[in-house]
Amino acid sequence: MNTQLLVQLLANGFVVGTLYGVVAMSFVLIYKATQVVNFAQGEFLLIGAWFCWWMLTKYQLPFYVGMPITLVFMVLFGIALQICVLRPMVGEPIISVIMLTIGLATVFQAAMKWIFGTNLQPFPPIFATQTVNILGLQVQTVYLMSLIVSLVMMAGMAWFFHSSKYGLAMRATAFNQQVAQSLGVPVKTVFAMAWAISAVVSAVAGVVVAVVNGVSAGLSAYGIKVFPAVILGGLDSIAGAVVGGIIVGLLENVAHFVDSEYLHWGNLYEIAPFYVLIVILMIRPYGLFGTKDIERI
Amino acid sequence: MPMQSHLPAGDFRTTYAADTVIFPTAAGRYAAVAAVVLLCFAPLVLSQYWLSILIQIGYLAIAALGLNILVGFTGQISIGHAAFFGLGAFTSAYLSTKLSVPVFFSIPLAAVITAIVGLVFGLPAVRLKGLYLAIATLAAQYILLDFFSRAEWFTGGTVPAIAEPFRIFGFTLRGDRQYFYVVLVYLVLSFVLTANLMRTRDGRALVAVRDHYLSAEIMGINLTKYRTLSFGLAAFYAGIGGALYAHYQEVVSNEGFTIDRSILFLAMVIIGGLGSVMGTLMGTAFMVLLPEAMEWISALLRGGPIDQALALRNNIAFLREIAIGMVIVLFLMFEPDGLVHRWRRIKAYWKLYPFSY
Repeated sequence: MNTQLLVQLLANGFVVGTLYGVVAMSFVLIYKATQVVNFAQGEFLLIGAWFCWWMLTKYQLPFYVGMPITLVFMVLFGIALQICVLRPMVGEPIISVIMLTIGLATVFQAAMKWIFGTNLQPFPPIFATQTVNILGLQVQTVYLMSLIVSLVMMAGMAWFFHSSKYGLAMRATAFNQQVAQSLGVPVKTVFAMAWAISAVVSAVAGVVVAVVNGVSAGLSAYGIKVFPAVILGGLDSIAGAVVGGIIVGLLENVAHFVDSEYLHWGNLYEIAPFYVLIVILMIRPYGLFGTKDIERI
Repeated sequence: MPMQSHLPAGDFRTTYAADTVIFPTAAGRYAAVAAVVLLCFAPLVLSQYWLSILIQIGYLAIAALGLNILVGFTGQISIGHAAFFGLGAFTSAYLSTKLSVPVFFSIPLAAVITAIVGLVFGLPAVRLKGLYLAIATLAAQYILLDFFSRAEWFTGGTVPAIAEPFRIFGFTLRGDRQYFYVVLVYLVLSFVLTANLMRTRDGRALVAVRDHYLSAEIMGINLTKYRTLSFGLAAFYAGIGGALYAHYQEVVSNEGFTIDRSILFLAMVIIGGLGSVMGTLMGTAFMVLLPEAMEWISALLRGGPIDQALALRNNIAFLREIAIGMVIVLFLMFEPDGLVHRWRRIKAYWKLYPFSY
């Protein structure tokens, strides 16, 4: 057994898994606050990464200027999307809303291809040093950054929900929209804010992935990988989304290890999470941390 | 009750049979028959290009009809319809070439096999609904597609699978002019079958599951049975559509069955009108003609300033995708009942003309 490869893959899986966790977290945020299942989450990563890339290469802005501009853009984008497209759909059946976000995903993906082309574009280097030495291991700086950014975003989200006034408003809205509204919570603002925060967090994750791997249409695959993660963790649990993301990241790499060492089926890396997804849906559809909803007439 | 040429102004139906007729007026029935008869003459007048478009509308409409039974009538959702379409295509190709089953039998056989696989993937549907089901079918799409690329004995892997041409009583029907009739027969059969399905006890049970599944269950409708059944039916129609596609193209490759095609099927059903049999046909025609219309427009604009500004020639594929997505979004926002609703409004307007208000 190739222990070194396994350790390497597990480390990779953890780093990628935290990113999945971040994206899953922003997916769950939208679902919890506005009851919308966002099939266009992966496209948020794509838009954020392309926009940042465009700022950095076209206008030659330094990273610490380009990144805040990207974040501001994503805030506006999220709010505009909520107001123009999602707000008229409030109260429509869930299937319609799902199909609407699928339509949006198609539009965004094609639009990005149209504007920026289909080729993979390398991100301008951000760090002067390529690797740093931690405990005798050579770690790529970008991976380290990815991990740190993810953890910071998770901590920020936890703080937001537990200690800020708007976080409380959002939790109240998620718990019961009508009661929240009658108690004076501005539900419309909360909805717009949920989309804005989700877009920003996804865009940061997108930029991180782009710095590591370059920008291409493949980035939106993260939006698909989110589904195994959120189903595993429970659709309405933010902590569950993080745990689910890390598990999916590890699982992919373990599957890859088993595949390359023993089975040689090929492509198990891509498909293993979906088998797990089906199994989870069959035995425990509300996930590890989600609430089991009981319906009454 | 005798057939009337016009509907009475009010609801005077006294029997259940009168309530479930497919064509409420004789004129509607004659129009439908006349349309089919007219279509029989289409290969004699229309060009190759238009025939190929009509054939495309035909086999896609059959598959979309299955999706409409699932989404529109039963209120379930599937984002994996293209995978079942592909399964039907590969199965029929495999049966006809490797096992040398006559194509006449391999198409229904492929549909039955697809339906069985559909039932298997429909099993999670028993416990799931709405969003969970969407995710489960998304997983089904990826798993089936992965299976297609893996199973070389079945699909040929990277080499496209060969499908035999359609043969009946020793005649080989190939090429647009002859194959048109095959698709037409299947299309008419599927539409008559579906329209009648919705008049039966089972069809009404499906609608009851959509409208309020808890009440439906309390009234004695077996939810498990009807949810899986609708998945099986959807896969059955997808299988027929896919098989017709396979024997039309005579080669089947892995590329045509991605999630984009699944979204296209969803778009057809939404645009046509959820829960409408005729709407499915309209929606399919719309979605097939949309890219063609964009092609014509870009050909018209070729060399003009708009063409140069947008680089239409290189980007037409992306523009098409954008158009498909936009159409889904706009229809859901502004006309959620689909084209069929718009069509009824137009008919009502002209019926009351000039006193419409």
